Amino acid sequence: MAAKGADRRERERTSQPELAGIPPAGVAQKLDRLVHERLRLGILSALSVNESLTFTELKKLLDTTDGNLSVHARKLEEAGYIACTKGFSGRVPRTDYRLTAAGRRALDRYLDHMEALIQAMRDK
Amino acid sequence: MVLMASILPLRTPAPQPAEMQEHAMDNLRYIRRTMEQAGSFTAVPGIGGICMGATALAAAWIAVGRTGPGWLLLVWLLEACIALTIGIAGAALKSRRARAPLLSGPGRKFVAGFAPPLAAGALLTAVLYHAGAVQFLPGTWLLLYGASVLSGGAASVRVVPLMGACFMAAGAAALLAPAWGGLALALGFGGLHVVFGLVIAVKYGG
Repeated sequence: MAAKGADRRERERTSQPELAGIPPAGVAQKLDRLVHERLRLGILSALSVNESLTFTELKKLLDTTDGNLSVHARKLEEAGYIACTKGFSGRVPRTDYRLTAAGRRALDRYLDHMEALIQAMRDK
Repeated sequence: MVLMASILPLRTPAPQPAEMQEHAMDNLRYIRRTMEQAGSFTAVPGIGGICMGATALAAAWIAVGRTGPGWLLLVWLLEACIALTIGIAGAALKSRRARAPLLSGPGRKFVAGFAPPLAAGALLTAVLYHAGAVQFLPGTWLLLYGASVLSGGAASVRVVPLMGACFMAAGAAALLAPAWGGLALALGFGGLHVVFGLVIAVKYGG
């Protein structure tokens, strides 16, 4: 089951022919599709400078809706990039997110790719 | 004769290098902006705070036994200038080590919260000195410096606003018991800076 999920994620990452204006060539080819989406990139960036953030804090920070945030957060959680803890603050349900080591590596890789892409374009 | 047109596949035009570069730069800007909005100002210097406390203790020692309002003002204004220089230099060094600009989003928020109470303190110092109410200067300084640290520290790690609250408590005590103003200055600007500087240095580095 887990292997099936991993296969699906791998396909999702590599099968896209084009990523928002970046062709599947050269540096851009290795781009992580999962990180490349704007809101997911925002979630990873925000969590990279905080030990953890609640669902409400992320929603406010990224100025998005409950549904949108939960869909994208779940995708990152399924990929093992973020970890989610559900609990209660008094009687109010509370969801905390934190960045995993794999998520930090993915964000670092993505940053490297962006910088390499800019450098490659400058060198042309 | 039948004419047949050749069918060419529709292809999205490949993005130009300039477009790709702009897109990548836009992504990096978005990441930086999000990090700035989500992050806290962590360049509050721990070791710098300890040094500020040490110079404040030296100032308190120099001020002991010297009578006259002019001495109090001279010694502590000089100390304020030295402490401010140490604080700025410490924060700059710490942010350089972290490879982050000092006046990034959280840094600007810190300054925006820190500066107004400090300016109010400078104005009140002049007013109280001219009114001959110098016994209230230590309490006013501690209270308004505490307000600066508390409001600026809202954009920083939790221990910073706590330090501000302690300074405000020390200032309130000094205003209620002006005769103990000298001791309050030593314990406040000296003791609190050293204690919280140690906590910041150990928990959050330099």
